[in-house]
Amino acid sequence: MASHYEAPIRTPLITGDKTYHDISVDVAAPIEGKANKSWWIVFSIALVAFLWGLGCIIYTISTGIGVWGLNKTINWAWDITNFVWWVGIGHAGTLISAVLLLFRQKWRMGINRSAEAMTIFAVIQAGLFPIIHMGRPWLAYWVLPIPNQFGSLWVNFNSPLLWDVFAISTYLSVSLVFWWTGLLPDFAMIRDRAKTPFTKKIYGILSFGWSGRAKDWQRFEEVSLVLAGLATPLVLSVHTIVSFDFATSVVPGWHSTIYPPYFVAGAIFSGFAMVQTLLIIMRKVSNLENYITILHIENMNLVILLTGGIVTVAYLTEYFIGWYSGIPYENYTYLSFGAATGPYWWAFWALIICNLLVPLTLWVRKWRRNIMWTFIVSIIINIGMWFERFDIIVIDLSKDRLPSSWSMFSPTFVDIGIFMGTIGFFFVLFLLYARTFPVIAQAEVKSILKSSGDNYKRLRAEKGDDTPHYTEVSGTASVKKETEKTEKMSSEELSENDKKENINNLLSSLGTFNPDTQTADDLKKISGVGPVMEQKLHSLGIYTFEQVSKMTDKEYDLLDSIINEFPGRAKRDDWAGQASKLKNS
Amino acid sequence: MASKVIHAIYNDDDILLNAVKKVRGKQYRIKEVYTPFPVHGLEKAMGLADTRIAITSFIYGLVGFSLAVWMLNYIMIYDWPQNIGGKPSFSFFENMPAFVPVLFEMTVFFAAHLMVITFYLRSRIWPFKKAENPDPRTTDDHFLMEVSGESNADEVAQFLAKTGAVEINIIDKDEDH
Repeated sequence: MASHYEAPIRTPLITGDKTYHDISVDVAAPIEGKANKSWWIVFSIALVAFLWGLGCIIYTISTGIGVWGLNKTINWAWDITNFVWWVGIGHAGTLISAVLLLFRQKWRMGINRSAEAMTIFAVIQAGLFPIIHMGRPWLAYWVLPIPNQFGSLWVNFNSPLLWDVFAISTYLSVSLVFWWTGLLPDFAMIRDRAKTPFTKKIYGILSFGWSGRAKDWQRFEEVSLVLAGLATPLVLSVHTIVSFDFATSVVPGWHSTIYPPYFVAGAIFSGFAMVQTLLIIMRKVSNLENYITILHIENMNLVILLTGGIVTVAYLTEYFIGWYSGIPYENYTYLSFGAATGPYWWAFWALIICNLLVPLTLWVRKWRRNIMWTFIVSIIINIGMWFERFDIIVIDLSKDRLPSSWSMFSPTFVDIGIFMGTIGFFFVLFLLYARTFPVIAQAEVKSILKSSGDNYKRLRAEKGDDTPHYTEVSGTASVKKETEKTEKMSSEELSENDKKENINNLLSSLGTFNPDTQTADDLKKISGVGPVMEQKLHSLGIYTFEQVSKMTDKEYDLLDSIINEFPGRAKRDDWAGQASKLKNS
Repeated sequence: MASKVIHAIYNDDDILLNAVKKVRGKQYRIKEVYTPFPVHGLEKAMGLADTRIAITSFIYGLVGFSLAVWMLNYIMIYDWPQNIGGKPSFSFFENMPAFVPVLFEMTVFFAAHLMVITFYLRSRIWPFKKAENPDPRTTDDHFLMEVSGESNADEVAQFLAKTGAVEINIIDKDEDH
């Protein structure tokens, strides 16, 4: 027998005494339920922001880049700031699912799905900016290595901007494939639970017909491992290459050797902050507190603390080296006395406070386990990381080598509109995702349930590590015969008389419904009962939660023998338990 | 010819693993096992051969790398060598440091995507493919073992019933339609 031992000192990753079926139900609940009012409100706001941004993009493209606030000195500003900010945010997902998989960190399983979704959505936003900045986005294919109409003039492979094209398209496509492959078994779970033919069809297509054969799982795990191995250097390479956009130039402040590791750390720092922002809300709204526990939040805070520390060291190094070089130009780089006291002092101090000082509070255990404080810190870090990129780009450019061309940057409504638009687009995608995708990698979570579920940990604590982690099935199973072509249970088709008798038996133990004195309940509130099933129950004379709540194994069997559609369903979904709750509410 | 298979449905991975070992001990042939999540040790218990998909990924990576070397050499050195920003393109090796990012990205791109495509084709999963798990509960919390039984189907079924299964179905498969 497989050992499910895990050191008792480790905090359980799944709380709430879950069974395998509970996990399916909990993960499917947001998909099968209806969106509440606050979802629609947030979605509408995001959609409006997205449409506003879309309008600004169309205005930019139809009029020209001149509608932005760029000038002769500061010829890169918000667009590249936003690009780097979004790419950075898009680093946490693959880091969680790839690097933490290689390190065998099991706590990744509660959060990897959403973190990867966030990654993909963030990289989509990032990709928009260089394409818009081209001015003529319909010529975007010119970045590809294809000969042009004037002869074989090729793209320049010495340019970091072209490396970006390769890095980001590889990163986006590999992340997408990694994410989708992990989704297949979970889509299959939703498919097999689906009640309407439409959802069954849709999730059938999305799941690629996943059947869960032992060989499929073997390949699935190998593919995940190899993809993790490939994605780990990939995720590090992407922000390294983004940093080359600056580091290979000769602009003071940009031309910096420590940029690659410092940018990667900053990316993970901001990415984890964004994961915190989203998941702290999602675990509450979608009732996933048992899967995304306080331990997950604390662990993410520890990663933020580490990468934030690396970023802090990089800031101090930049500041020191700028000063130590004694070169006057270096006194106007984004981390210098000149920047701290110059016209961009507010941007400098925003960076220092948000990225360096505020995250220090996470050294206190009580604070990094405080959900509200974590949420606030995560938003502050996101703001701080935006300022970091703004400072690098705008402050460094604002005071170049020729004092007569020194300048300031002020964004136009278009700059602001496009940025807000991408935030709106990002949330539109994420909100749709949260309602239609299995937001927890439920197959993976099920595989660690016995080692890391609190009920099993308690079992081991009470009965020793070698105790069986299952309850023996009593007796021997009955053997049924079927022919594949005919409908299930056809061999057990009952005669009309038998049926009537069964109905009488059923009603005698459940009690009959008297329409004159009682009112019928909405049985559809029971998970597992749809409109069709409700009708069937009505035809048997079952109308109230009171009746359903009296069901025991005997009644379930009787019910199955009368209604052949979903054998065992009523018992698995625990209709009686649900009904007794509904009855009292 | 009509063949018979027996579907034994279990509600626990440990019971399933024990049952697989017992069935193999009796020399019955396990055709397939459907599980809702990867059960560790199952492929060993079933005697499945190791997957070679990681090796294909390595080969695809080499293909991507070679293609990138050829592409960069052709474009930057052979077809139209240019002096870009005072950095002339004399030979592949002198220019190589500038090529490292693209060489790396293309290697990863080919290794990852072709491996995943291989996985989808080998496991026969793609959009619009119909699912083949015989019972919908096997993606939720049940485990299904499919054992082939020709003349001795009833005997196999009786044996499986004692391995902790919650449900046994004998299924006639009509293969000659």
